[in-house]
Amino acid sequence: MATTAAAPPYVSTHEASNTGIWSWLTTVDHKRIGALYLVTALTFFMIGGFEAEIIRAQLMHPNGTLVSADTYNQLFTMHGTTMIFLAVMPLSAAFFNFLIPLQIGARDVAFPRLNAFSYWVYLFGGLFINASWLIGAAPNGGWFGYAPLTTMQFNPGLNIDFWVIGLQILGVSSLAAAFNFITTIINMRAPGMQLMRMPMFTWMAFIVQFLLILAFPVITIALVFLQFDRFFGTQFYELAAGADPLLWQHLFWIFGHPEVYILILPAFGLVSEVLPTFSGKPLFGYPVMVYSGMLIAFLGFGVWAHHMFAVGMGPIADSVFGVTTLLIGIPTGVKIFNWIFTMWGGNVRFTVACKFAIALLALFTIGGISGVMHASPPADLQQTDSYFIVAHFHYVLFGGSMMGIFAGIYYYFPKITGRFLSEKLGNWHFWLTFIGMNLTFFPMHFSGLAGMPRRIYRYDAGQGFDVYNLISSYGAYLLGFATLLFVWNFIRSWRKGAKAGHNPWNAPSLEWSLPSPPPDYNFAAIPTVTSRYPLWDHKGNVVDYHDGDQVKSAKELGIPMPLSTIKPLFTALFMTLMFAGLLFIHKHNWPMAYTFMFGGAAGMVISLYSWLLSPLE
Amino acid sequence: MEHHGHTPTTTGLDNRKVAIWAFIGSECMLFASLISTYLIYKGRSVKGPFPHEVCSPPVCDTVMKPILNIPVTSASTFVLLVSSLAMVLALAAVENADQPKHTLGEKILGNSKLWLFMTALLGTTFLGFQAFEFTSFVHEGLTIRTNLFGSSFFTLTGFHGAHVTAGVLWLLTLLAIDIRRGLKPKDALIVDIAALYWHFVDVVWIAIFTLVYLIH
Amino acid sequence: MTHSDTHVSHVDHAALGEVKEHPTWSTYWKVAVILTIITALEVWVYYIPSFVASHLFVPTLLILSALKFAIVVLFYMHLRYDHRLFRALFTGPLIIAMATIVSLLFLFGHLVIHAG
Repeated sequence: MATTAAAPPYVSTHEASNTGIWSWLTTVDHKRIGALYLVTALTFFMIGGFEAEIIRAQLMHPNGTLVSADTYNQLFTMHGTTMIFLAVMPLSAAFFNFLIPLQIGARDVAFPRLNAFSYWVYLFGGLFINASWLIGAAPNGGWFGYAPLTTMQFNPGLNIDFWVIGLQILGVSSLAAAFNFITTIINMRAPGMQLMRMPMFTWMAFIVQFLLILAFPVITIALVFLQFDRFFGTQFYELAAGADPLLWQHLFWIFGHPEVYILILPAFGLVSEVLPTFSGKPLFGYPVMVYSGMLIAFLGFGVWAHHMFAVGMGPIADSVFGVTTLLIGIPTGVKIFNWIFTMWGGNVRFTVACKFAIALLALFTIGGISGVMHASPPADLQQTDSYFIVAHFHYVLFGGSMMGIFAGIYYYFPKITGRFLSEKLGNWHFWLTFIGMNLTFFPMHFSGLAGMPRRIYRYDAGQGFDVYNLISSYGAYLLGFATLLFVWNFIRSWRKGAKAGHNPWNAPSLEWSLPSPPPDYNFAAIPTVTSRYPLWDHKGNVVDYHDGDQVKSAKELGIPMPLSTIKPLFTALFMTLMFAGLLFIHKHNWPMAYTFMFGGAAGMVISLYSWLLSPLE
Repeated sequence: MEHHGHTPTTTGLDNRKVAIWAFIGSECMLFASLISTYLIYKGRSVKGPFPHEVCSPPVCDTVMKPILNIPVTSASTFVLLVSSLAMVLALAAVENADQPKHTLGEKILGNSKLWLFMTALLGTTFLGFQAFEFTSFVHEGLTIRTNLFGSSFFTLTGFHGAHVTAGVLWLLTLLAIDIRRGLKPKDALIVDIAALYWHFVDVVWIAIFTLVYLIH
Repeated sequence: MTHSDTHVSHVDHAALGEVKEHPTWSTYWKVAVILTIITALEVWVYYIPSFVASHLFVPTLLILSALKFAIVVLFYMHLRYDHRLFRALFTGPLIIAMATIVSLLFLFGHLVIHAG
């Protein structure tokens, strides 16, 4: 039977050139694609952060005059959209790309060219959404873009069109990557790498891919409806035609809540790598960590309507979603305790990476507890749409996801580049971020409970908000400064940092058996794994590289490598042009719309056929 | 598309087959969203035409008959079912391409080009039925802009039709490869994954036929 | 979700007896006949006004179409014969998809539990 046909289908020993822009445009190496994701996502993180700084400058004092209401709407919408879709998700994707094949003992992902395609679609999608700034019509409907407020009747500009089309493009990227990683983790594991021996980051990544393939189709459909309403006159969100204003909200949050776990689980995975290494102890309760991750993901599909208590769904729906939301706190709490017990009794080395990981435990717990507070519908009715919610999700996303990602960056930078990030600058970065983050977001709990609503561009003095907003703004400036320090550290260390050995932290998993940075083929000999911590247990058949040994090329070793190709980039580009054509429908410029849509579609199909019919080797 | 590597996978299963099943799982959620929306909006249109009910004044200007044409759709449903049979025969023919064929029956059953062509032809026939249905609805006054039923009906069945169209193109590509160099048992996998997609599109229609056309 | 075949080691599916041969022409045409009969049955009951009016109409149609769905998936998509991993990759998402549809219909008030 044909299912035993093998993969990956490398047959030649062609060697790709490793320098120059062309080599980056055509690369299919998961490590280089991971580096592209990392740098691109950090750039978008800076842009999203800059938007946040303007928001905080506007709100620093009562009746701020820096930006108009309309610009403010664009700023908070783009801040949310950028941070979620263009910064945190792709930062996770950078680690998926770089780490998954290394951690499971593979030479690449299952579909290297599809991997390149995912990156280029992400880049073009991100540029597309941000291009809206150039014509002064950035999305302005909030990151959850509630219809019917985002329909043509209430939002007639191009703003929402950029948002709808941009998210569709980015969805293609996430879905393509998810199918790729699912296949990679199922099928590319080295001998002996059973599922229950996989490093915890790979486990969390595996679970996240299932969330992605199940959640993204739902928002795709919700966006298609909105797009059809705006462009073709359908009535999905047209109240006069009998449409239900809750349809969008339900579809959006069926996607939106799993999305929350898509953002946090990779950070959990990174912390689960960092803490055991720096505690010198195996991860406490490994199987429980795996099962609680699965449980979080599964329950994640049954809690969405807790975002909608305020719309009045009735006592039964409120109770059910309140209870499922309380339940999902349990496996999350279990994880926190497991990390604490991992450190307990260990010989903890407080490196910058370790500090960021510990910060995640503390800050995510605060965000998690305020989350449990609004699991209760009566409490939620007080808190919803206030700054209390803003405080909550920034503790979860900045205090959780970003702290975990920073921990991952400090931890894996030596593996990615062969050099350390400066620990000295890193300590400054950590403490300023930690203090800045709490200064920014902790006061929002109080301004929220005092009644300050979200998404207002100015507020009157004397309502008890003034001092909290002032502190928040100073905190945000401190955060901005800390981030600049980090960027400086990142750029300088990439070229001039202290050289790192192959396993500078004495870590246990397979990626640390390789030279830093790993050669393009990863493993000279595919390892055989017999335990969860092969480099600590010295079991199995893992060739631990010795620093100073010569690294041979793939050609010398006779390892077949996939060919570099520009075709995924072209396919992604034509697809983006095809989507961009929809913008012209808005202006009833049919010739341009047809040129882009059909030209883009034709170009995409041709590059796709040319890609699929050309051999990988 | 046509690679045959040497490294065995962890599970012994082909990467592409694992990926297509994950893709099909994802498509379940896509169609679940479309079907939910159709069902949620069922009976909420403020004006006709309606799927199963007569629309009379004052709701509609004139009396409008129920719009769904069950006999025609039953025929197109049957066509799609038969296309699935042709698809499995095409796969079986490729899997057994090396077997000697003696009788006329064996030669017909073992002709992968014939069955790939038949599958694509039946798929195209289904699309023809859909085109006929859509045009007659437009003539009877139902467009995608008319009411909630029109919006959700055309979007749901249109998405399904787009999937069928992609499937037909995929089948024609396989047919072209078969004509150019002949599909051998070692190529069974690329037919298998196309077949899985095709059958999935068929089972989605099984759900749509019952939920949209028959239940009222 | 991630239904685990925790102990999948190398190319051992034959030992587990999981991948059976695909069925042949004789199974395929029988399946096609059964599918056609069920479809005919569905359309037939649609034209019996008294049956349409009864409480049995909707459940009957749902069961018949679920049966067709299952037959195609098990025989034509070979899930009955193939590796259990494929079964997991399909049924997991299918269950979440169906649960989502049912929850949405409850939330929008389309499904009400009738007492008698």
